[in-house]
Amino acid sequence: MPQRAANLAETRKNNWDQYPDENGKFGQFGGRFVAETLMPNILALDEAYQFAKNDEAFKTELSGYLKHYVGRPSPLYFAERLTAHYGGAKIYFKREELNHTGAHKINNCMGQILLAMRMGKTRIIAETGAGQHGVATATVCARFGLPCVVYMGAKDVARQSPNVFRMKLLGAEVRPVTAGTQTLKDAMNEALRDWVSNPDDTFYIIGTAAGPHPYPAMVRDFQSVIGNETKVQMLEMEGRLPDAVVACIGGGSNALGLFHPFLNDDSVKIYGVEAAGLGLDTDKHAAAMAGGRPGVLHGNRTYLLQDDDGQILDAHSISAGLDYPGVGPELSFLKDTGRATYLSTTDDEALEAFQLCSRLEGILPALEPSHALARIGEIAREIGKGGLVVLNLSGRGDKDIFTIAEALGNKI
Amino acid sequence: MTVARISSAFANAASQSRAALVLYVMAGDPTLEKCEEVLDALVEGGADIIELGFPFSDPMAEGPSIQLASQRALANGVTLKKTLAIAQNFRAKHSQTGLILMGYLNPIESMGYEVFAKNAANAGVDGVIVVDAPPEEDGELRECLKANDIAIIRLAAPTTDAARLPKVIEGVEGFVYYVSVAGVTGVKAIDVAAIKEKVAIVKAAANLPVAIGFGIRTAEAAHKTSQIADGIVIGAAVVDSVFAAHQNGQNCAQVAREFAMQMRAATQKD
Repeated sequence: MPQRAANLAETRKNNWDQYPDENGKFGQFGGRFVAETLMPNILALDEAYQFAKNDEAFKTELSGYLKHYVGRPSPLYFAERLTAHYGGAKIYFKREELNHTGAHKINNCMGQILLAMRMGKTRIIAETGAGQHGVATATVCARFGLPCVVYMGAKDVARQSPNVFRMKLLGAEVRPVTAGTQTLKDAMNEALRDWVSNPDDTFYIIGTAAGPHPYPAMVRDFQSVIGNETKVQMLEMEGRLPDAVVACIGGGSNALGLFHPFLNDDSVKIYGVEAAGLGLDTDKHAAAMAGGRPGVLHGNRTYLLQDDDGQILDAHSISAGLDYPGVGPELSFLKDTGRATYLSTTDDEALEAFQLCSRLEGILPALEPSHALARIGEIAREIGKGGLVVLNLSGRGDKDIFTIAEALGNKI
Repeated sequence: MTVARISSAFANAASQSRAALVLYVMAGDPTLEKCEEVLDALVEGGADIIELGFPFSDPMAEGPSIQLASQRALANGVTLKKTLAIAQNFRAKHSQTGLILMGYLNPIESMGYEVFAKNAANAGVDGVIVVDAPPEEDGELRECLKANDIAIIRLAAPTTDAARLPKVIEGVEGFVYYVSVAGVTGVKAIDVAAIKEKVAIVKAAANLPVAIGFGIRTAEAAHKTSQIADGIVIGAAVVDSVFAAHQNGQNCAQVAREFAMQMRAATQKD
């Protein structure tokens, strides 16, 4: 039996819910690779999270805010015209763009800020790429009256100016990061530097399913509301599970949120779509799994874009939310075990998919899920008529209109 | 030699009633050539141990000084392999001075732990500090280093409490590096009175010399810190002085030598 198949058989028998182990490992991936100053914080967070996730009072409080403040459950919507356009399986959208703040990011922020308050933390920091996680963090900080500092690469500050202004309106301080490549990875470095300098009072709300353990597991769990709702809704609407679930891959929070509840359902195929930028054959892309190899960055071992010396390479994507040289460790594990299939989409393909979805469904998707939309036709045809496919429409495109206008050669 | 070279550097300083002087330089900064001259000058000025940084694109625990030094080194084409070549040149000239590599895990993973440990031993490296490899994650690397008689040196931080300390010092050789402030390198200033007790606890538990670093920029701070430590580590201030000299067209080696002499004088116990 080839190694991959053997691994898969082994993990299936073992049940996917057992990952990560107590050291935060998903096979060889994950872990806690941080400076000693932060280790006590990471361990305390793990302890607090392990307690909270089994605590009925915490779960009730969180689901109350998700319902009344975030607006959950988000609809599962049959994209009829897009389905007709491709002529394959029925395409459903999980409408995460209808959440308060316009993306899936707030699911996780709500969970983490409730945890932060339980831990007695009085100051919140976050990193952001596209700005969606920054807006979501600023939002929950405003709601609960905690000061908020958001680190954002200077390049992203320039290309996501509407979200920068939103964060400021919400009372957050946005600190542009001019080090390194001035994008998401540098924002994360700077947030970690802040945390190492303020370990006592500060809680770091990481927005993606990456970072040192317990973040990858915790973010995935808070985002799993997406997949759990999808399951219930699909059973109500179609009377059975979908044949495939599809999401774009940046760090992996929207993807794992949809994927994780389906991992133990062997009949459900898992498709992740990485950002191929100007093309996988160029050095301007953000496809860590297609074009990288395992290494250690930002507290975890995972697939990374890196050179022969282990220096992290610049990622490129038209979508700021996918412009990251790594990927969450659980997604790396799903790659090596063969449970997930990963595809990629170029900038141009994402722009086309954005326009098609806008015109056929009356929904302006964010550039991030536009990458998943670009592959949905092939997947729907492969599954075939009578099949069911769910795509995580993880965010709305309003924040991207300036970028899109520029790419299409228009002036707003 | 190797681990023994670190131990004798501390023993030698102690016999002279002073703290050992540990000075940090980023490999290949400000230029490949000047870096090697600076290393020689630091030894001439009185450094007992050299910490040679190898650059990483994402140095998460560094303040602006060493971040920028890392970027300059990468721009000068420095890799872990080239850092080891610099180490080898250094060792050929200086048989007594301790030599420690300091950096982040990914370049080491990329080279492979075993290959790295062998190459480092061949280059005459005595110890290794990996900032983002806490004891929970450094087991495999530690074994490879130990097989080559290279010390793994860990950082103990102000946040490391009594319950965690045994884990941090387990398997450490040479010395324990006590991080004087919760923060990144070279930003916050050291408060000697505040850490005195903590340093004594670490020293007693580890039964090894303790060197204090992060936050020592002046001779005054170096002198105060020397009173409570077996060694002091100065990084950002060395990097800044040398780079300023480089930018102003001064002789980097001379500036480095004077800096080391001044700090060496400050290590004397009262």
